[in-house]
Amino acid sequence: MSILITPQTKIIVQGITGDFGGRHAKLSLDYGTQVVAGVTPGKGGQFFEHGTHKVPIFNSVADAAQATSASVSVIFVPPPYAADAILECVAAGLDLAVAITEGIPIKDMIRVKRAMQGTKTRLLGPNCPGLVTPGTGKDSSGGCRIGIAPGYIHKQGHVGVVSRSGTLTYEAVFQLTSKNIGQTTCVGIGGDPVNGTNHLDVIKLFNADPETHGIILIGEIGGNAEVEAARWIKANCTKPVAGFIAGATAPAGRRMGHAGAIVGGAEDTAAAKIAVFKECGIEVAVTPSDMADALLRSAKAKGVTLT
Amino acid sequence: MNIHEYQAKAIFEKFGVPVPQGAVATTPAGFITALAQLPEGPTMVKSQIHAGGRGKGTFTNGFKGGVKFCKTKAEAQAMAANMLGNTLVTIQTGPAGRKVQTIYFTIASEIKKEYYLAILLDRNSSRPVIVASTKGGVEIEKVAHETPEKLFKILIDPAYGLADFQVRELIFKLGFTGIEAKNAAKLIRNLYTAFWETDAAMIEVNPLITTPTGDVLALDAKVSFDANALYRHPEIVALRDLNEEDSKEIEASKYSLSYIALDGNIACLVNGAGLAMSTMDIIQHFGGTPANFLDVGGGASKDQVIAAFKIILGDKNVKGILVNIFGGIMDCNVIATGIVAAVKEVGLKLPLVVRLEGNNVAAGKATLAASGLALVSGDTMADAAQKIVKLVA
Repeated sequence: MSILITPQTKIIVQGITGDFGGRHAKLSLDYGTQVVAGVTPGKGGQFFEHGTHKVPIFNSVADAAQATSASVSVIFVPPPYAADAILECVAAGLDLAVAITEGIPIKDMIRVKRAMQGTKTRLLGPNCPGLVTPGTGKDSSGGCRIGIAPGYIHKQGHVGVVSRSGTLTYEAVFQLTSKNIGQTTCVGIGGDPVNGTNHLDVIKLFNADPETHGIILIGEIGGNAEVEAARWIKANCTKPVAGFIAGATAPAGRRMGHAGAIVGGAEDTAAAKIAVFKECGIEVAVTPSDMADALLRSAKAKGVTLT
Repeated sequence: MNIHEYQAKAIFEKFGVPVPQGAVATTPAGFITALAQLPEGPTMVKSQIHAGGRGKGTFTNGFKGGVKFCKTKAEAQAMAANMLGNTLVTIQTGPAGRKVQTIYFTIASEIKKEYYLAILLDRNSSRPVIVASTKGGVEIEKVAHETPEKLFKILIDPAYGLADFQVRELIFKLGFTGIEAKNAAKLIRNLYTAFWETDAAMIEVNPLITTPTGDVLALDAKVSFDANALYRHPEIVALRDLNEEDSKEIEASKYSLSYIALDGNIACLVNGAGLAMSTMDIIQHFGGTPANFLDVGGGASKDQVIAAFKIILGDKNVKGILVNIFGGIMDCNVIATGIVAAVKEVGLKLPLVVRLEGNNVAAGKATLAASGLALVSGDTMADAAQKIVKLVA
């Protein structure tokens, strides 16, 4: 099993005719993902072709969902139009909208998040790499790859990874796969201060998933999402958990690349979050090179097998 | 994006938030013209830089105080001459300080009581929050820590905006009555409109004051804007003051590079914000000091890598460079080719450690090895960090 998506999940790509969306739609198709529809307003009726794949393009998410019964959409729409693209997924009643777009105005996201309250649609991102449930084929193909992560670094298995950062997720996944430890699902929640799914939401899903035996939780400076997740883990999660927080050397008050990565006070520094991790029984990775090893240490201490 | 106090107050006035009357000058001759617009009497002289703590700051020429009270306009004119063109060091500027290029003169208002008022994003609820306190004129972090009962917060539902009952609640909590209550309510409503309409990231008024005649005024104004929303506010982009920004950071932004200067001696060049932050961290972990944060983005094209090397080398403290690239989708060989071209073009003499991982990494490493360049290859982040720390030691 996995969380949020399975190899059978059918997905829509919003912005499939753009360079960025098109490139990653092709990589997802190559990975074996069920990319069943594209959406580009005004190009409905055309097709997105790649090798033997011929993906129909629709004018709206609702049309695409109705014609293909897709339940998930991935958004590669430019920032000024991205909030609207998310709301379109909500209106179409999708289960999951994954917003890859970086640079959406905060005000737009404040409004989108409010509009999504009480709806069935879950948002992942924005400014995120998406998520991957690895498959059983060569280089983990046959899985579901939504977004921009490199599929081939994955391996199907029993570890869940959740992170705000794309490249740090890849780093963790690569370490795991190199040690022959596979993953259930790897989730990038994104680096913006206002996002949909947070660390805790994903941790709860991993905790409830019987196939996930261990979890890597990767965070960074700014906000308190990691702290909230850590406290919940202490109270509710018996699975081995390894944690890493980036930004120990970041100067206060400066945004470190991600819009959300900014130290606002004494409580959202890397040191403060690491202290909470330790207090909550999370095995802290001393350096980013230590993430997989930290999980192995935690698993060993708890007598859990990760492979 | 940050702006100056005088620019923030111009925005306040546009939205109906009262501020003391003021005028700016950028030259000594301009002092006279600016002061001519103000009535005779007590006048404030305020250095305009993008940093807090101006009042308690010291100029590098020894003159104390970047904000001064003067009894007359003549005194204000003489006082301004001590500030203009000089470098002001405050707790927020770092030891290098900032050169004062604009002076803002305002009427010195008679203060009955000081308050604190700010509007910003509450990350936990994903809603705007108004933070107010009856303890104005002091650092709000101190108030939050020492007298949290004097700090009031109101979360705003973005679907409805700021409701009248919320404004009343705040007014009562802050203890305003009569004409003051009426004026404060209007000010709070208008300030929230300014926050929402301009896509501000934060508005801070410290202090907000009442006067003996019942007026409520924003005595200071600190405003920053959401960089993601600037595309729809050309009038705000026009307020950008490049003198207040690091020249290397300005250069980096031209190539879509995210660069932040730090004070260490090991430069890093990394793809991805999280990886870039943790590369700085791992350098420090192994005993070195990072010279910068630099995220070249997911792609890391040859032009970007060349520009990145030039920016890094513009920092004279740099004694060595660590390149850390996780080529997920990007072909590592393409990145390696870019690095080789960049190193040759800039004629790099400093120690360079390169850690490449990911797609087609074997070919990438072969390209680096065959380049004839004196670079060191690192296998993991830890290995690479230890190598560069040793090389610059």
